[in-house]
Amino acid sequence: MIHILVSSDTIDAGAELRAIHVDGAGGVASFTGLVRGDDGVETLELEHYPAVTEAALTKLADEAVTRWNLIGARIVHRVGVMVPGDTVVFVGAAARHRAAALEACAYLIDRLKTDAPFWKRETRAEGARWVEQRDTDREAAAKWD
Amino acid sequence: MLYFAWVREAIGAGSEQVDPPAEVTSVSDLITWLADRSEGHARALADRARLRAAVDQHFVPLDAALGKAREVALFPPVTGG
Repeated sequence: MIHILVSSDTIDAGAELRAIHVDGAGGVASFTGLVRGDDGVETLELEHYPAVTEAALTKLADEAVTRWNLIGARIVHRVGVMVPGDTVVFVGAAARHRAAALEACAYLIDRLKTDAPFWKRETRAEGARWVEQRDTDREAAAKWD
Repeated sequence: MLYFAWVREAIGAGSEQVDPPAEVTSVSDLITWLADRSEGHARALADRARLRAAVDQHFVPLDAALGKAREVALFPPVTGG
């Protein structure tokens, strides 16, 4: 069971986690990404490529389901304007055993950061700037090749 | 053409229709050709190491052929999650 959603609505990570407690699962792993308020960030805006985003996330989830024989995979990503503390992304993987769930969850968030067309813009008192992709994100994604 | 993030801001539009000449056969050729359209295009497209592309909604390297592409997108490396 794969569930993908890209929306400007608030993400309820608790509800998302309950939704992936599917029949047959023995282990569920999840990752929740929040807007950090460090360095005076006031808002974070997420832009995306609407026609492509859900397809890219579905492809990632399909790959994870195949590779780890998952029972469920769930990716919910918010777009639009957010404030510190808001949930940006929820990723969940359900499997028969913990190792597959934990690895698949890490794979989903590592690959999402390099394979899905989202762009972040941070606004502080002194102005807005687009976030640059980090070498550490590229390295984290590449280790799953 | 579709543009996202700072590429969109520098060009001043999220999309535009273009009809490049026949000698424009790759994404890289297209970037060179687009850069002459305005100062904003030139600024947005100056540093190819910071550009990524999609042709008909599939991610491709900049040396990819255009073929009969109907939708080409140019954007920075992605930063979601």
